[in-house]
Amino acid sequence: MPLVAARTVEDLAKAEARDYLWTLNFGPQHPATHTTLRIVLLLDGERVVDAIPDIGYLHSGFEKIGEHLNYNQYVTVTDRMNYISPLANNIAWHGAVEKLLGLEITPRCKYLRTILAELSRISDHLLCNGAVGLDTGAFTYFLYAFYQREVLYDIFETLCGARFTNSYTRVGGVMYDTTPLVLEKIRTFVRNFPKTLDDMDRLLNRNRIFVDRTRNVGVLSKADAINSSATGPIARASGVTRDLRKDEPYLAYQDFDFQVCCATAGDCFARYLVRMAEMRESLKIVEQALENLPAGPVDVDIDERTALPTKREVYSTIEGTISHFELVMANRGFPVPNEEVYGAIESPNGELGFYLVGDGTDVAYRARCRPPSFIHFALFPKLIRGHTLSDVVAVLGSLNIIAAELDR
Amino acid sequence: MIEPQTKTALSSAFPSITWSEFRADARAVVPCDEIYAVLRFLRDDLGFDLLVDMTCVDYLSYRGAEDRFGLVYLLCATESNERITVRTFVNEPLLSVPSVVPLWAGANWMEREVWDMFGIRFEGHPDLRRILMPDEFTAFPLRKDYPLQGRGERHNFSVLYRAES
Repeated sequence: MPLVAARTVEDLAKAEARDYLWTLNFGPQHPATHTTLRIVLLLDGERVVDAIPDIGYLHSGFEKIGEHLNYNQYVTVTDRMNYISPLANNIAWHGAVEKLLGLEITPRCKYLRTILAELSRISDHLLCNGAVGLDTGAFTYFLYAFYQREVLYDIFETLCGARFTNSYTRVGGVMYDTTPLVLEKIRTFVRNFPKTLDDMDRLLNRNRIFVDRTRNVGVLSKADAINSSATGPIARASGVTRDLRKDEPYLAYQDFDFQVCCATAGDCFARYLVRMAEMRESLKIVEQALENLPAGPVDVDIDERTALPTKREVYSTIEGTISHFELVMANRGFPVPNEEVYGAIESPNGELGFYLVGDGTDVAYRARCRPPSFIHFALFPKLIRGHTLSDVVAVLGSLNIIAAELDR
Repeated sequence: MIEPQTKTALSSAFPSITWSEFRADARAVVPCDEIYAVLRFLRDDLGFDLLVDMTCVDYLSYRGAEDRFGLVYLLCATESNERITVRTFVNEPLLSVPSVVPLWAGANWMEREVWDMFGIRFEGHPDLRRILMPDEFTAFPLRKDYPLQGRGERHNFSVLYRAES
């Protein structure tokens, strides 16, 4: 990996003139990078003159694998992308697949997916803010956040058996319908969580050390945010009022009353505040969705021939048997149009979209993922230039870079 | 979703555009030599200020495809909330298109990824290096003629042992 971006004669001359600069390797294995990413920092004393990100340490060819696994199998790979909120990735993937197929999922499934997307948003924001707290010295805050993440993991485990890699969605539905126990656990969480949020607010919002370390650090202007394709909480902290949940309502978001949280400062502190506020809005959505969760089937009708029928249908009806047989046969599956489609959701980190090319078979011809981490990490050199070395972790934490999603 | 007047404005400025629509997404196919002008017009005059994503598809084994590579630009207008997909096709041996980094700074890494994975050069890109694969890698892994399991790069990877270092 060359340390300078472009090795021209001018660059070399410039480098010689500045040979008092230190070069510091940050990562790929450093606790504050959270995962494996590497940054080469050029330092003038403690001040960062330039940062050169070097990514790809976790590249595992997810998009290539997507061309060899069918639409239901690939959901297990999306779990591994942003593993902080795997359910959001599952929902994004199958949202795009269903858009390609032109499939309308059932109201119950829409509500269920909305609840899970919001719970995973809370889980993601808890980790991100908790880690920012940890990196800037607020260890207690981190524990408050992680205790609640544990509760969420418990909910996901009750829901689908897996804590971490959920793989919960299927084409046209979900793995299983919920049980009353899950709903009860979610209700308990919705009841108890605001108290923790208040505690977290009180711990950090006016904490002198935290505010000094994050305010006016890593400022991103609104124009820069749009020009650099930033989305999600990072763009909203800079004053971009874009939120796909409002702008292009998908799933059941048009039914709920919630607000888009924005800030104008664009610094690390604003990003922290936006995430804190979004968790409260997510709770509101979960609460409303639980109240109004429709009854009825969770998978699309058996005539659509996309969702696997239940065992009961397979063993007791001829349609169920035929449908099951057709779907699990290697050369059958469901027909897919020869078309291309882009489907996106507002994932916790920003716009998470999939560009799918269908070729008639049940395997995607191309499964491009638009990973928010990748786009946001490109902002990092711009945000850190001129700040001190200790600000690197604050900026990195507030961008919420998940290396598995960054490198795929 | 796109407003009809946006579509008319673009079509009258660039008559060579062909339109299609699928699931309410408007898609424009642009000849390769006009792509930069079209994207600049979309950004400056029609308000498409957000480059959502930029990617590439290798149509080597796609049924009925005439061109080898398709480049896809997904644009969004943050004010009017419109979306448009702009596509263009490039063929071997001339695998190069003008870079859109002067228009959108966010295109920098996206174009680097397309270069890394498909080997399409972007003229005028400030820093066109491999981004995900190692620098010494020679193939372009997301092309359809590249096998899923690789061509043995993993086994022939040069290892530096402690004694030699």
